[in-house]
Amino acid sequence: MTKPPKTDDTPKVETTGHSWDGIEELNNPLPRWWLWTLYGTIVFAVVYVILYPAWPMVNGATKGVLGWSTRGDVQMHIEEVDASQADMRASLTETDLGVLDRNPELIEFAMNAGAAVFRTNCSQCHGSGAAGAVGYPNLLDDDWLWGGMVEDIAYTVRHGIRNEDDPDARFSQMPAFSEILPKEDIATLVDHIRSLPGGTDPLAGAGGQLFLDNCTSCHGDDGRGDRTQGAPNLTDAIWLYGDSPEQVTRIITRGPYGVMPPWNTRLSEAEIRAVAAYVHGLGGGEMPTPQD
Amino acid sequence: MSDAPQNLYAARVPIFPRRVSGYFRRLKWWIMAITLAIYYLTPWLRWDRGPNLPDQAVLVDMANRRFYVFWIEIWPHEFYFVAGLLVMAGVGLFLFTAMLGRVWCGYACPQTVWTDLFLVIERWVQGDRNARMRLHQAPWTVRKIRLMGTTWTLWLIVAMATGGAWVFYFTDAPELARQLVTLSAPPIAYVTIAILTATTFVFGGFMREQICIYMCPWPRIQGAMMDPGTLTVAYRDWRGEPRGRGLRRQAADLRVAGPQIGGRAPLIPMPGVPDTTTNVQGPGDCVDCNACVNVCPMGIDIRDGQQMACITCALCIDACDQVMEKIGRPRGLIDYLALSDAPREAAGGAHIPAWKHALKPRNLIYLAIWLAIGAALVSALFIRPQIELTVAPVRNPTFVTLSDGSVRNAYDVRLRNKHHDARVFNLQAGADSTAALQVEGHDGANVTVPADAQMKVRLYLTAPAGSAPAASDNSPVRIWVEDTVSGERAHVDSTFNGKDSQ
Ligand code: SF4
Ligand code: SF4
Repeated sequence: MTKPPKTDDTPKVETTGHSWDGIEELNNPLPRWWLWTLYGTIVFAVVYVILYPAWPMVNGATKGVLGWSTRGDVQMHIEEVDASQADMRASLTETDLGVLDRNPELIEFAMNAGAAVFRTNCSQCHGSGAAGAVGYPNLLDDDWLWGGMVEDIAYTVRHGIRNEDDPDARFSQMPAFSEILPKEDIATLVDHIRSLPGGTDPLAGAGGQLFLDNCTSCHGDDGRGDRTQGAPNLTDAIWLYGDSPEQVTRIITRGPYGVMPPWNTRLSEAEIRAVAAYVHGLGGGEMPTPQD
Repeated sequence: MSDAPQNLYAARVPIFPRRVSGYFRRLKWWIMAITLAIYYLTPWLRWDRGPNLPDQAVLVDMANRRFYVFWIEIWPHEFYFVAGLLVMAGVGLFLFTAMLGRVWCGYACPQTVWTDLFLVIERWVQGDRNARMRLHQAPWTVRKIRLMGTTWTLWLIVAMATGGAWVFYFTDAPELARQLVTLSAPPIAYVTIAILTATTFVFGGFMREQICIYMCPWPRIQGAMMDPGTLTVAYRDWRGEPRGRGLRRQAADLRVAGPQIGGRAPLIPMPGVPDTTTNVQGPGDCVDCNACVNVCPMGIDIRDGQQMACITCALCIDACDQVMEKIGRPRGLIDYLALSDAPREAAGGAHIPAWKHALKPRNLIYLAIWLAIGAALVSALFIRPQIELTVAPVRNPTFVTLSDGSVRNAYDVRLRNKHHDARVFNLQAGADSTAALQVEGHDGANVTVPADAQMKVRLYLTAPAGSAPAASDNSPVRIWVEDTVSGERAHVDSTFNGKDSQ
């Protein structure tokens, strides 16, 4: 004896006609704010398509009336950064490199800028970690052919080494001894020179005599080289062209061949100074009072 | 079903909740006052951290990547504290939902709190339910424009205060307030305020229940977290039905009370809930006065049974309790009930008190998880060091041979000084190390780290020619940092690569 329900629970809305196991899907109307949101997004899309690049065409997308492009955006940001760094660049160009380390803000700027310059321009030969390779100097160690103060490094970067492009390039030319000394003498010299880091007296024995006659004018009586000529120190543990007998023989018979281009044609003075500061800060840089 | 094409879209049916008073309404006033006070006032609290740091008690300093919460300071690498708090908030929500259903929605959700606040304004300007309904239907007279204009203006002021308060959490509040007034604040501040003002105004003033019904994901998630033992707002249909007033009450007849809560909801068998369909003698306690419907901010009738739109704000309980008092019946025709209570009480069983429902194993497990995370966070907070370092060996190249034959390794060391003043940190290699230590760009091994900052330095360890570390493949090395003021020490173990590592 149940009373009929007070209200009729049968839905007043039509169904979509879908039915699963007797469960039907009602076709309820959506709320109106939803409709307006949908219209809003459509309007937004139309406006967007007009203003911004949107439709892909054969030769790129439509431009949009604002003329905005990602490339232009990047360009704009680069210009902004350039403008914001103008002061730092100017003061870097003017500063005496010998006292650069007294200005912490400037040195930080130079180190960061120099790192970027190095990665782009120097890492091809010297390696991304600046460890160099056979024939390409390791910039991390404390051995410098032409001097290890910031100003020395900046000069090397500016003018390069052993190149024909820049009259001010650093130039050292060791002769090819294959035309000067017989093979046996070269073999004796190779053994002698390879023993120098071990503490052998550069002028002792048969090798010493050959060394005195042929090498001391550049590398010095003590074998420690001469930076003014770019003559390397032969008594230290660092061998630019390798320390195996074959490598040393080759450099004596043929002479060195490494070339570094001048960078003043491609880098600004600020960039050169920045990269010099960066290289100087890699662990081997020398301070104004040269240690020997 | 009619043949006329049905509208694709349905207009919102405006809701004019009536004012109600009672226990739950009072509770909600308090919660509203406290949550709003916390929200608006927190950025203005000060907390002295010394001259180098901001003195705002709660500050999210995006630019410097710091979170300040009173005496706690969170660095980016400690973000797990924030993640932990969020996990706790999540588990806490599980706990409360399993215990009390959509209690978050009904009491603490900003949508509910701000809608409540907007309703207070609306009621204050336009009057209670009937007056507002009349006004709604009235043509646009000067009076209506004035009343509506006043309401909307007040809403807008509240909305702007809401958006305005938000930005104060992200920078020094008094300073930003000054900038905002003098129109010199950063554009992002104005944009943020504008967006939050707009959302507050629209959501609190016009969207209201539609946010809960259509937009918010919480109701769905919370619905899945409830079980038959969860307390929720429900109508004791076995007591109320058959409803009616006056003569119809007299004519009330026998009827069927179902196992569901609510008289008209479809009969859905619930797993674990026995079917206790019984015949009940009428008339019921419900006088069909519609008080419960009129106060409902969601515009629903709780007597239809549990339904998705109900945010369990409990206002209908207050409304019905008042009616029951007037007609001299016991309170609680609408009440906090568990789904599993319905068949038991309908069959004449005793009411189970709320705390018994709360002590379910599931809730206790949630509570245990919540407490465990909390305890872990608190202990992590107390044991975290004031100085820290990370050491990354430079592997490009692995080592450098120096002109005297010694071997040098480089390490990128990050030093963190969490003290509120600059400290001189002294770096050392482990006592058993033969390697000499240098810091690039510094004389000696002392580095000054600014207050509350992190500093990256390049560290060199140089092993003499022929020494064991220089000649071997790699050997362990310990790098120490010592705060020269407090003597605090920290260390990191790393590796030294020798010539054999090539
Ligand atoms: S039915 Fe009751 S508890 Fe649910 S939203 Fe309406 S007034 Fe609040
Ligand atoms: S307030 Fe109570 S008595 Fe009035 S209609 Fe609602 S349930 Fe029935």
